[in-house]
Amino acid sequence: MGLKPSDVEGIAHLARLRIAPEDVPRYAQDLSSILAFVERLEAADTEGVTPLAHPLDMAQRLRPDEVTETDQRERFQAIAPRVEQGLYLVPKVIE
Amino acid sequence: MEWEAVIGLEIHAQLATRSKIFSAASTAYGAPPNTQACAVDLGLPGVLPVLNAEAVRMAVKFGLATHSNIARRSVFARKNYFYPDLPKGYQISQYELPIVYDGWLDIELDEGETKRIGITRAHLEEDAGKSLHDAFEDMTGIDLNRAGTPLLEIVSEPDLRSAREAVAYMKKLHALVRYLEICDGNMQEGSFRCDANVSVRRRGEHRFGTRTEIKNVNSFRFVERAINYEIERQIDILESGGAVVQETRLYDSARDETRSMRTKEEANDYRYFPEPDLLPLVLDDAWIEEVGQTLPELPDAKKARFVDDYGLSPYDAGVLTATRELADYYEAVVAACGGTAKLAANWVMGELSGALNKAGLEIGASPVTAEALGGLLRRIEDNTISGKIAKQVFEAMWAGEGDADQIIDQRGLRQITDPAAIEAMIREVMEANPKQVEQYRAGQEKLFGFFVGQVMKASRGKANPAQVNAALKQLLAGD
Repeated sequence: MGLKPSDVEGIAHLARLRIAPEDVPRYAQDLSSILAFVERLEAADTEGVTPLAHPLDMAQRLRPDEVTETDQRERFQAIAPRVEQGLYLVPKVIE
Repeated sequence: MEWEAVIGLEIHAQLATRSKIFSAASTAYGAPPNTQACAVDLGLPGVLPVLNAEAVRMAVKFGLATHSNIARRSVFARKNYFYPDLPKGYQISQYELPIVYDGWLDIELDEGETKRIGITRAHLEEDAGKSLHDAFEDMTGIDLNRAGTPLLEIVSEPDLRSAREAVAYMKKLHALVRYLEICDGNMQEGSFRCDANVSVRRRGEHRFGTRTEIKNVNSFRFVERAINYEIERQIDILESGGAVVQETRLYDSARDETRSMRTKEEANDYRYFPEPDLLPLVLDDAWIEEVGQTLPELPDAKKARFVDDYGLSPYDAGVLTATRELADYYEAVVAACGGTAKLAANWVMGELSGALNKAGLEIGASPVTAEALGGLLRRIEDNTISGKIAKQVFEAMWAGEGDADQIIDQRGLRQITDPAAIEAMIREVMEANPKQVEQYRAGQEKLFGFFVGQVMKASRGKANPAQVNAALKQLLAGD
């Protein structure tokens, strides 16, 4: 399965990665070889095998529904680029 | 051309846990911004999610109440997208193996028919934060208090065929999650939100048309209007030879229209993959059974019981079981007045509901308790007061003037049932209106109502109406 340059651009956009246009063909080629390598797994017979959701063979532990966290807003917001009235400010996301 | 709408709903119900789904921060609504957003909710490096047992229990309750399968093994997944109110850059959700799947819910249609709506799945996920776009110039404010609040996303099959059916289904689910006490159902606060997938096709066609998704409509009325608008819009496009574009649309209630929300380049591609920070959720039969034993009587069962036990019409039973609080109140009134379930139903649905609506109060905040209302109805039953006087007494009770007996005594409202007193009043009225008596006796029977009115007025509403009627007939007939 080969990736086209447009696939690479699409994936980069979804991941918010900026890729120089001249690098796109190289990425397409490298990623295609990686996929080709992984494709070998398709040869394995997985009939009757439960898909692996996690490498640890354990079940999720549950936490009792109790509030133990206290307000630490000031500490968290000390590292935020911009804060006003308790809100984190970010560049406007809609017009 | 006859068109048919095909609608499926995705409902997000906020689960009524105290703490968040993956952290121990509070979920309480209305706190100052970001005071309930801890390191896990903010997605700071090194934190790990730990699943809230109560959220799991609530999801299972919902599954059992909707005849669904409960997955013995379900898996959390990352749904990846970028938005400032989603700090991690992904939402922890469930994708291939949701906790609840393949259930159903019956809805009532207008003609008393029921229709079974399939529930494809219900999965656990975390809510995002809130973006405030209007508060700042050129900036968006982010409040992450809501981030990490547990949600149950309930996905229906595309079984709904009209906006009305969609609303009936949504109301039924709304009542159910409140009965189960897994969601407070507060739509203004966003605890119960709806996305609608809408398409149209020619009647008789089996394939689905291209659908659009209407996002986040926050009231029953708007859901109905948004879907109706969208159905009309799509039919217009198809009838003029165009094609519906698959897209997300936003309902604007001020203009009563939907409009396109996202551009094509941001086409949904969430690149789901299993969440490596959480292990598969494994549930055993004994635990699921234990949860099943905590289920309350559900709305349909309660409604059927109200019809059987209280002799109510299906309509009345439906109204009275709309919420668990109202049903409990009604049953407490019946118990307190010692019988006549129909009278209690009329009062709860009539005077009481009217007064609550007018005051904008929920049943739980009623100034007249079920016991107090029962006490009033007892006085109607034993003929101490008439139904009409009872309305006066109810108003006084509502205003906090005491219980029914106190008010009846203080205001001297006890009904006049002494036959001699009633006869005396009737004779007085007849003597004062000889002309009407003559006309009545000459065949103008319509005047009967006039006499009833005069006698009731003379008694200041206190004469027993049934006795007045009987005695009047006799006396007017000419001794």
